[in-house]
Formats: sequence, C-alpha cells, structure tokens
Amino acid sequence: MTELRGIYTLWLREVKRFIRDRARVIISFIQPLLWLVVFAAGFGARIAIPGIDYQQFLFPGIIGQTLLFTAMFMGISVIWDKEFGFMKEILVAPISRFSIFIGKMLGDSTAALLQGIIVFIFGFLIGIPFNPLTLLVALPVMLLITFGLVSIGLIIASFIGSLENFGAIQTFINLPLFFLSGALFPTTGEGIPHWMQIASKLDPLAYGVDALRTVILGSNWTPNHPLYINIAIIAIFDLIMIAIGTWAFSRMKN
Amino acid sequence: MSHVIETLQLTKAYNAFKAVDNLTINVDRGEIFGLLGPNGAGKTTTVSMLCTILKPSSGTATVNGYDIVKESSKVRKSIGIVFQDPSIDDRLTGRENLLMHANLYSVPVSIQRERIAQILKLVELEDRADDLLRTYSGGMRRRLEIGRGLIHQPKVLFLDEPTVGLDPQTRDHIWRYIKDLKDANEVTVVLTTHYMDEADRLSDRIAIMDHGQIIVLDTPPNLKETLEGDRVVIKSNDNKTLKNLLTTWLGFTNQHLEKDTLEVTVPNGKTVMPRIVELANQNNLYIESIVLREPNLEDVFLHYTGGSIREDTTKELHGLSAIHRRAIR
Repeated sequence: MTELRGIYTLWLREVKRFIRDRARVIISFIQPLLWLVVFAAGFGARIAIPGIDYQQFLFPGIIGQTLLFTAMFMGISVIWDKEFGFMKEILVAPISRFSIFIGKMLGDSTAALLQGIIVFIFGFLIGIPFNPLTLLVALPVMLLITFGLVSIGLIIASFIGSLENFGAIQTFINLPLFFLSGALFPTTGEGIPHWMQIASKLDPLAYGVDALRTVILGSNWTPNHPLYINIAIIAIFDLIMIAIGTWAFSRMKN
Repeated sequence: MSHVIETLQLTKAYNAFKAVDNLTINVDRGEIFGLLGPNGAGKTTTVSMLCTILKPSSGTATVNGYDIVKESSKVRKSIGIVFQDPSIDDRLTGRENLLMHANLYSVPVSIQRERIAQILKLVELEDRADDLLRTYSGGMRRRLEIGRGLIHQPKVLFLDEPTVGLDPQTRDHIWRYIKDLKDANEVTVVLTTHYMDEADRLSDRIAIMDHGQIIVLDTPPNLKETLEGDRVVIKSNDNKTLKNLLTTWLGFTNQHLEKDTLEVTVPNGKTVMPRIVELANQNNLYIESIVLREPNLEDVFLHYTGGSIREDTTKELHGLSAIHRRAIR
C-alpha cells in the first residue's frame, strides 16, 4: 500500500509538471504538422508504398516517433531533479527504488502518451483516412511501446550529471532508433541493404511501428510480423528495461 | 531507551581518507543536539549515515532504536530531514509539495489535510500555500522545507545547515521556529552548522567536530566555562608598551595584540582591571577603554580545533595561546 501510494504520488507529480508546461504542449503540435504535412507532401511524391498513400503510411510512424522523442526527452526530469535537489527528497523517502522508478516511468509514459494522442487527433483533423475508433486499440499498444522508451531515457539520465551531456546522448539514441524503425520508409523488402534489415531487427521501435500500422491501417497494411509477435517482443523489451532501470535507480546516491 | 540516537565507532572512509572517524555519540530524547565544525569536518557525512543515505564503512548506529543499515526503511519513516541544499519542487505549490511528502511517508489520508493546514500555520505560509514555489523567497522556501520535514511527525528532525545563505533577519526567524517546533512537537533535533551563534542559541548540547572526530561535547555554558578566565580587552595609546609592562609587573602570560586592542586572559577580570589602569597611569600611558568580555563559543571553537591542528605534544594548557597565534596569522 505504501509503495502503491508512493508510485501514485510520483506519477501525479510528473503529470502535473507536464500539463503545466504549456509551451511544450503547443510545440508538440508543430512537429507532427511538419512531418505529416510538409515532409509527407515532398517525400511522398517520390516514394511509392504498395496499397496505401504515403501520408497514411507515415502517420503511425510519426506516432511512434513522437512517443520516442517525448519519452527520451522526459528523462531530463531526472537530471532536473538531481540539479534542483528534489531527487534527494524522493530518494530518502521510505519507499523502494523499484517504486521510485516505476512511479517516474509511469508519469513520464503518461506524458508521452498524451503527446501521442495529440498526434492522433491531429492526423484525424487533417483528414488522414483511418477509423478514429482505432485509437482505443492503439492506446494500449502505444503505452506498451512507451514504457520501454521512457525507461531508456530514465536509465541514461540516472547516470548523467549535466543537461548538456544528456542532450547530446539523446540525439545519438533518438535518430538511429527513429531512422531504423521503418517510420519514414520500409526497412524490409527488395532493395533495402542487408545491414539495414538486420539493424532494423535490433530496433525495439521497429516492432512498435509495425504493430501500430497493423492496428491503425488494418487490412491495408501487410505487417512484417504478426501482431502478437510484435507485442511479445515489445513486452519483453519493457521488462528488461524496467529491470535495468530499477538497478540504475538503486545505485543513485543523489 | 532514553537515547534517540546511538552511534558506536561509526566510520565512513573514502580510501585512506576518513570523513567520519570512529564516532561514538548519544543523543537524548527531546534535545537539540548541535554538530558544530568547519566545512569538511564530517558533519554532513555523519548526518547522511544517520539518515541512511550513506552506508557506514564500519561501526553501527541506531536511530529510534532501528539499525541504520538493517532497518533503513524504518529509520526513514521515523525521521525528518532538511537538507543543506534546497530539495523542493518549484513547479508545484507549497501545499502540493506538502501533500506529496505526506503521501510518500504514508500519512493517513483522513488526517493529511488537517496536518498540512497545521504545518502551514506553524511556518506562517497559509496565505501563500497555493502559490507556486518559484514565487517564494529563500526564507519562505526554507520554512516550507522545515515544515515539510515535520508532516509525518518524525521522532528526530535533522537540520543540515538550516540557515546557510539567508539574511540575518530570516535566520533569526528560522531559529525561533526551530525552538518552537521542538517545544510543540516533542521532537529531537540534530542540527549541523558552522555558525557559532546558531549552535549557541539553539543547542542543548554541542559536539564540536573536526577531521571526522568529536573534539568536545558539552552544553554551551559548560563549553564556555572550559575556557577558564575572563577576557579583558584594552585600548590604550601604546598597546605594545602596556603589554610588556603587564608581563613584567603583573606576570600576565596570556596576552595578545589585535589590530588596535590588547586582549588579556586572566582568572578574575574584575579585580585585575583596576590594577591595569593603575599601572598604566604610573607609566604615563593613556587608556582609552577597558572592557571585560566573557568567552563565547567562537573562543571555544578555536580553542579546540586550533589545539588539534598543532602538534600534540602541547596540550590544553597552551590552548589559549594557540588561539592567539592563530588569530594573529
């Protein structure tokens, strides 16, 4: 009970902080606008995806990208907390490091999920053809993807002392995961270099994007893997990340 | 169990360097226990171990009867901590910060509203409770942190340098709170500070710490008494000559020249003062002022820490002249 209450408290704090940051919510509309309108118009004119429009193909990818970027960005909250001393208050509280990690992870995941929903609504507003009710099916998938990605951000942040270093490392992780995930272009099939096909198999986000396409595009999309395989791989990835995260938080002194 | 905190040869070593060296102290229930020492003396390290933030290298300690290593979770539940550095979320309101703390320390939901209201009243922040912390002044934040440390009604409150960086007025304000808090909440307070006046005003007992060890532990009045004798501070038109005269005719050995005063330590200042004036008159020296001063904690502090810095062949007896030499440097 104590632990659950601790988790809830830390979750609530992250969500409150996120919602109060209005600038970030507004900015979160601009990124998908650039990708789904500008990038899709130019890039889509030169690339052909069998069976569907490029914008349709891109849409689940951009949801995945939003989850990834927000999740990684939220890791910064750990560094802020270290910098401004609040981490001490949490670390000396009578709750386990596992609960501290889970509380923060759930809070940041909620924030990332809210960003993902914003993109979803945005896609609907600009007239991308999909059934809006798929949001209900997509949400659990999005959440599952987010857990692991947020954990990566938190783990890295727990090892890093300064905001500058975190920014640099974040880019190193964000971009390869994004490019190899198949969000912008297919990473399997004819003409794709062998190394990229392999690298893409190592990218957890690739399974997330494939799962989101399966859920959102339905029969228009031919998945790389069946949905249950994608879900199982993401879930295993999440569990591993949570275990590493708990360990990383346990060794945090300050 | 009358001791709230007991440590036995508590040690924290970083390679060869011992930040805390074989510390054995007892803190009584309901007292304000001051840990006084220069920066780097080991005060914060000691407190960090007692708060279970750091694990001791050797030795043991109990807080509220709980072992700090084996029962760290129970220790944490029964203590409140106000850190040296700020540790509050400035994007939440005062009330939200308190509520979060109440939740983390599992204060029963049915009483937490009332408890938070009490605390806000205690630290006089009721009217600012729903403002974001970033709009608070330094002193207000500090007050909220002290209040926060009390929400779960801890048995022991650790205050690590509670007034560092605050203006004199705010310091005074916070000192008053700490006194009141102790009286109202039956809480034991462990205070670390490098301000003499702070330790003197607040503490029931003071442990002076340097190089990771307790140098002396006593009540403030007793500590002052250990510096036997009074200080007579003289300002004359020729302090140097007067000093020589006092040595020759009255046999004073404990003298030292300050910038424009001469400070003499004697067993009984009241009876000596007329003799000094007399002697000066006979030798055509003019005394501008002569003041009797009781030793303060600063003298005690220099006495003990100064003594430990010197080679250990000369002991307490020459402690005072050690202060003087240090002061002149």
